[in-house]
Amino acid sequence: MATVSLDNIRKTFSKTEVIHGIDIDIADGEFIVIVGPSGCGKSTLLRMVAGLETVTSGEVRIGGQRVNEREPMDRDIAMVFQNYALYPHMSVFDNMAYGLKIAGRSKAEIAERVAEAAKLLQLEPYLKRRPRELSGGQRQRVAMGRAIVRKPSVFLFDEPLSNLDAKLRVQMRLEIKQLQRRLGVTALYVTHDQVEAMTLADRMIVMNDGRADQIGAPLEVYANPRTRFVAGFIGSPPMNFLDAGLVNEPASEAATLGIRPEHLQITTGEARTGGIVLYTEALGAETLVHVKLPDGAMVTVRQDSTAALPEEGSAVGLTWSDSDQVFF
Amino acid sequence: MEKRVTFKGIWLPLLLVLPQLVVTAVFFFYPAGQAIWQSLFIPDPFGLSMKFVGLGNFEYLLSNSYYRASFVTTAVFSTLVTLVSMGVALYLAVLADRLIKGSGIYRTLLIWPYAVAPAVAGVLWLFMFNTRVGVVTWYLGLLGYDWNHVLNGNEAMGLVVVASAWGRISYNFLFFLAGLQAIPRSVIEAAAIDGARFWTRFRTIVWPLLSPTTFFLLVVNIVYAFFETFGVIHTITGGGPQQATTILVYKVYSDGFVGQDLGSSAAQSVILLFIVGLLTVVQFRFIERRVHY
Repeated sequence: MATVSLDNIRKTFSKTEVIHGIDIDIADGEFIVIVGPSGCGKSTLLRMVAGLETVTSGEVRIGGQRVNEREPMDRDIAMVFQNYALYPHMSVFDNMAYGLKIAGRSKAEIAERVAEAAKLLQLEPYLKRRPRELSGGQRQRVAMGRAIVRKPSVFLFDEPLSNLDAKLRVQMRLEIKQLQRRLGVTALYVTHDQVEAMTLADRMIVMNDGRADQIGAPLEVYANPRTRFVAGFIGSPPMNFLDAGLVNEPASEAATLGIRPEHLQITTGEARTGGIVLYTEALGAETLVHVKLPDGAMVTVRQDSTAALPEEGSAVGLTWSDSDQVFF
Repeated sequence: MEKRVTFKGIWLPLLLVLPQLVVTAVFFFYPAGQAIWQSLFIPDPFGLSMKFVGLGNFEYLLSNSYYRASFVTTAVFSTLVTLVSMGVALYLAVLADRLIKGSGIYRTLLIWPYAVAPAVAGVLWLFMFNTRVGVVTWYLGLLGYDWNHVLNGNEAMGLVVVASAWGRISYNFLFFLAGLQAIPRSVIEAAAIDGARFWTRFRTIVWPLLSPTTFFLLVVNIVYAFFETFGVIHTITGGGPQQATTILVYKVYSDGFVGQDLGSSAAQSVILLFIVGLLTVVQFRFIERRVHY
């Protein structure tokens, strides 16, 4: 168990700076998700914490100790890779025991710790198999088991679920969360999936082009996105952006008004703006209505499936409450 | 699913495989058949008549101490060539694999020796180790070592081994490098996080994952050492001194074309043919189940 601190972390690849100074203090046992589009530097940041990439400037501290110069093995971390990175020529047992064997633990202790992890992850029937004889979800579990048996202070996850199908992903997401709670270990989790970020994180770091645009609890980030990028990235469907001048909002100097799809209402009464319904998507529990505004901008309205469905091609009025709008 | 092209007649497919069949027939089946045929006869000294002796040539060979010595020489030679060329190649490949800058140049330079013909390579090494004007001999002389592979059998063996292995390093290097680069980077990183330092990683992860490449190279290199080193030996030592570097292939040549004992030479060819066949079987059986993990 340990805290992790990043202090103005920067990374340069042959003169190009890709991480432009990240600061965060992570509490012991906290689950932090680093989320962002591909190429934003989130994996690089994680690999710097792991010690797989050098830190160009700034300081990484684990448990209060500067670890910039330490080898990955001396940082008391464990990492789960996107492609699992299992040792293909070893059985599941040997995969999980590898780190302990190198550490020179006794056979009895190794057997006990692997058995413990295997039980936790329901891997007991597979201990003698090779990785290629396992399904994706099972491989994923072995990778987690390998991380668990070493009892590290910090868990690092590099997009661990992106090779799984949608259903398994939801299931494993829950398992990871439970496991982290039970072990009480600090976790850093990289993903490009904002749903994973929202569901797993105690706090999340939304990264954009090598910068942390916002760091905060998921709901706080959702409700008060600090930048337009964060507003557009977190939430599905994304936040709607309207020209502030067009909807007569003199309240702010800002040019753009942001409003979440679920905060927009189609109204027959007094409307703040209006448009033509292009098409509707009934998803069962909810319906998405795509409306084209007079200036050509598209907005999405998310409404309950019980609400009246406007006809495609018809003109509708839109309204929302002031408390839900955000300016950029 | 395998896609098979089906031909309607027999003539087109026959025509398509004909060039390969002709080449194989002319350059393999015919000479191999000739060798087997001739191995059953002893020609008279003037080549005017042949006397059928059955397996007499083989019986004579297997009881001949020179021939048995040549077996031992071949075993020593091919073991050394294989070990040296693969060992050095693996070392260089591991270094090249770790290299980030300039690896292209490094690789290109390492591949060059492969383009040098064995006979030319032999002459190059012969010049360097020439007993009177060789550069290396001169330096060894300064160190107080009197190099003379013309008289010393062990030195002669050392020299042909080095010269044969040298050109082979490039080939092995390429395969080892490709093998190393096929190992996912994240597996190595996972091992590093698990606490394995470089040598432990190499021993427990890299080497086992490289083993299909290693086995393939082992077979290929043994075949090379057996059969393709004729040029090197011919230019450097001519099989001497006192047959110290006469490997089986060289003995086929020297008995047949220098000693004019065509029956014995043919019998030796047949024995070699069996050895190649054996090696090929081993290799193919292995390649079939090459993915062993």
